[in-house]
Amino acid sequence: MTKSVVNDFVIKLANVNGTGSSSANGLLMKSIFRMGVPVVGKNVFPSNIQGLPTWYEIRVTGEGYGARSGDVDIMVAMNANTYARDIAELRPGGVLIYDSTWPRQHVLSRSDVTVLGVPFAQMCNDAFAVARSRVLMKNMAYVGTVAALLDIDPDVIRGLVREMFVKKPKLIDLNMQAIALGYDYAKTNFECPLAMRVEPLDKTAGKIMIDGNTAAGLGCVYAGATVGAWYPITPSTSLMDAFKSWCEKFRIDPETGEHNYCIIQAEDELSAVGMVVGASWNGARSFTPTSGPGISLMSEFIGFAYYAEIPLVLFDVQRVGPSTGMPTRTQQCDVQLCAYASHGDTRHILLFPADPGECFTMAADAFDLAERYQAPVFVLSDIDIGMNDWMVDELTWDDARQPDRGKVLDVDQIKDLDKFYRYRDPDGDGVPYRTLPGTHPKGAYFTRGSGHNADGAYTENETEYQEVLDRLLRKWRGAAEHVPSPIVKSAKGGKARWGIIAYGSSDCAVLEACDTLAKDGLHLDYMRVRGFPFSDEIYDFVNAHDLVFVVEQNRDAQLRGLMMLETQIPRVKLESILHYSGEPLTSCFVHEHIKSCIRKEQSA
Amino acid sequence: MTSFAKPSINLKNAKRNALGLTWHDYEGAMSTLCAGCGHDSVSACMAKAFFELSIEPHRAVKISGIGCSSKTTAYFLNEAHGINTVHGRMPSVATGAAAANSGLTYIGVSGDGDSLSIGMGQFAHAMRRNVNMLYMLENNGVYGLTKGQFSASADVGSKSKKGEVNLAPPIDPVTLAMSLGATFVARAFSGDREQLVPLIKAGLKHNGFGLIDVISPCVSFNDHAGSTKSYAHTYKYYHKAVHADYVPMSKEIKTSYDAGSSVPVKLHDGGSIVLRKIDEDYDPYDRGAAYAQVVERAAKGEIVTGLLYVDETQEDMAATNKLASRPLNTMPYDELCPGNAELTALQNRYR
Ligand SMILES: Cc1ncc(C[n+]2csc(CCOP(=O)(O)OP(=O)(O)O)c2C)c(N)n1
Ligand code: SF4
Ligand SMILES: [Mg+2]
Repeated sequence: MTKSVVNDFVIKLANVNGTGSSSANGLLMKSIFRMGVPVVGKNVFPSNIQGLPTWYEIRVTGEGYGARSGDVDIMVAMNANTYARDIAELRPGGVLIYDSTWPRQHVLSRSDVTVLGVPFAQMCNDAFAVARSRVLMKNMAYVGTVAALLDIDPDVIRGLVREMFVKKPKLIDLNMQAIALGYDYAKTNFECPLAMRVEPLDKTAGKIMIDGNTAAGLGCVYAGATVGAWYPITPSTSLMDAFKSWCEKFRIDPETGEHNYCIIQAEDELSAVGMVVGASWNGARSFTPTSGPGISLMSEFIGFAYYAEIPLVLFDVQRVGPSTGMPTRTQQCDVQLCAYASHGDTRHILLFPADPGECFTMAADAFDLAERYQAPVFVLSDIDIGMNDWMVDELTWDDARQPDRGKVLDVDQIKDLDKFYRYRDPDGDGVPYRTLPGTHPKGAYFTRGSGHNADGAYTENETEYQEVLDRLLRKWRGAAEHVPSPIVKSAKGGKARWGIIAYGSSDCAVLEACDTLAKDGLHLDYMRVRGFPFSDEIYDFVNAHDLVFVVEQNRDAQLRGLMMLETQIPRVKLESILHYSGEPLTSCFVHEHIKSCIRKEQSA
Repeated sequence: MTSFAKPSINLKNAKRNALGLTWHDYEGAMSTLCAGCGHDSVSACMAKAFFELSIEPHRAVKISGIGCSSKTTAYFLNEAHGINTVHGRMPSVATGAAAANSGLTYIGVSGDGDSLSIGMGQFAHAMRRNVNMLYMLENNGVYGLTKGQFSASADVGSKSKKGEVNLAPPIDPVTLAMSLGATFVARAFSGDREQLVPLIKAGLKHNGFGLIDVISPCVSFNDHAGSTKSYAHTYKYYHKAVHADYVPMSKEIKTSYDAGSSVPVKLHDGGSIVLRKIDEDYDPYDRGAAYAQVVERAAKGEIVTGLLYVDETQEDMAATNKLASRPLNTMPYDELCPGNAELTALQNRYR
């Protein structure tokens, strides 16, 4: 009944929000990572501060896959309110760990799983006097139990606990004691380790575990951003929190206490983006992090920046809509909103990071693109990337890299001009020259969202108006070659009939599905799109296949829609695989849907 | 934003300021507003104030929203960058621009529609932040550009051109500003340049957010009998309480004013704002008292003008954010990017 698996299983922890479980779950995951074994962690949490159910999933994957598998092998059921569904989720042969302080009849409802009761509450009530400690230490106790059952190295855990509480050393002993309670109980009462267990590997060297918002905030610092304006919204808040803490580390003059940055919490998103417009227009690298509802509010300004040609960097950490939707659940649902944000003819530059590593690099790229093209640039991540810790390659920075500040005339260049014309295209690439306020009297011009001609003067003349609008389109098209290019993973063994296109956080699930489909004899090429406007490679990729599956995490096939609008690709060549439950995509979902589509096609 | 180039006139014997510039150097494009519009007088006063202060035109930044009033940033200071943003959102753009470079002089131009309806939130929050800028609210009681609808500053009982009577209570930018902690609050009338030009100068030199609510009649939609924002009505009911002017450090403060009622307020640059109380009862340093006076007199239909409240002791946004003295937009990149060695080190906690 128990399958013997080493380094290949999923632990799911069912908790109550606000009881301090997340640091315990993080500790568990990080211990496995420190043993050299790749892990995937997904936090599924409610839009609530305290009381509602929350889950944490840890996938132990010696193969180093990055997505959820779709299975649950071990369930740590700490929330009595969700016992029934948590137990139902366990695969046959799985292991259920629960708090046996109180009798629970229904834990016995399944005879095909191993049930292990540990009196966590009882042990903690006996050991700790303070009420809050009793609650918090239950979490640490189950970490101990799971560690014993999975053969996780206690020294690794001890080391991590010391790091966790480096600033509050008094808490080290307390937490160690709780971990020992759970650990010893398991060792005494159960056969340890289980058949499912962790064995040390060396597959995490050169890797880190980091969330995308932290990495994006760091990317902004490395890009030289100095002004950040924002209005709090889950799941983008931690991006500005991160930027702030990195700035406090790197951007405060130790002698004078002066700041080389300015973070403004705006009164709403309209104001946040307005501040970014003002700061960017005035020559500072500036950005705003937000989520879908914020983009909706910012739309008027986004169109203004597009037409008046002002660089903007916007991070949209996508969450489930429409409206407030499910604000703590993940989706890729703002692709079309961002692509065409604002009224009038507007088209924007989008970047699709697939993991926190790319949040770092694309954050830096976004500033270069925004200044090079004097236009809004959107970095579209999502809750899954933004708020979960992912295992990625260590971040590196090329010290020779200089920011691309675009075509900004300095004082000497302005002096040499007869007259400055803001919207002419002397280089033929659609990108005009700009000047910054305060530089030189000859550089002054009037920036307006109303009709203007190539000289920057007001116009309602049709030819003059169209000339600017057509140049804007040429400029935008030119960006196709400069956004990060698609990445193709070709199927083994020659020409594949089918292809897959995906982007962002769907990447890991698709990569794994390609492997598992290959085991079923189905070989597919995979292209990951990383930017918009689309380059010709995307068109060529689709043309080279009979059918291409477009995997996305939204209901309306938003990327497929964009592809049909923006390229000559025939509709019948694109088959959507859509996942929009709000939970991160699983490899199993991709595998099954593609397989059944192909089988249907083959039997037709 | 229609504008035409003005014919350039050679002013040989024109008066020059300390920079050797003439008044002409502070002009803008030709206005396309209605002849007689109050906003044009305000633009002329702006140019005059900058000229008299000898501020280099290109070291000023003009920011506005949308409306007839907001168009006027094109009609003065040709050699300054200007930006006509979106309706009601000038304050946020000014805030961001001031964050990027605290070394320039920022002028925001807005209307009563732009500031008190669609943009009320941004207007309020720019005052809370004490952004270092002069905010000109050109107040005509109507939406000029969309042809005469009542704005939120229309008085109860004021009649529109079509005969409709406004019943909703007005929002007074002056008392609003006082209640939000603005540090320089003034009211003026576009028809009184003697009062307005010195006020603008004082507002430009004030460190922090300066508001001048300028009654600026709309001749096309709100200058008829029955309107409380007409020229005639304003001339009749406006009442100068406190005169204010800027006196540079170099100039001695002449005591031509009545000694008891003239009080200089020291400024960061060493100069002073000199206040002359025309109305002995008015105290522009006591926020509570000033607020009470303005409200009380408004109830009597009186329009109190001048520098109504001033507080030179508050930190502006740059100071509260501990911004470096060098503007953020001039920071060399190598001072901003921590480099790869730091990146490697900081990742220890993620390993
Ligand atoms: C989002 C948006 N809504 C509506 C308008 C139309 N609009 C333009 S100006 C204006 C009112 C301007 O009134 P005010 O600020 O008092 O300026 P005035 O013309 O009176 O000087 C309105 C409603 C707009 N430009 N943008
Ligand atoms: S409509 Fe009124 S506010 Fe607009 S320009 Fe004419 S007079 Fe001035
Ligand atoms: Mg108005």
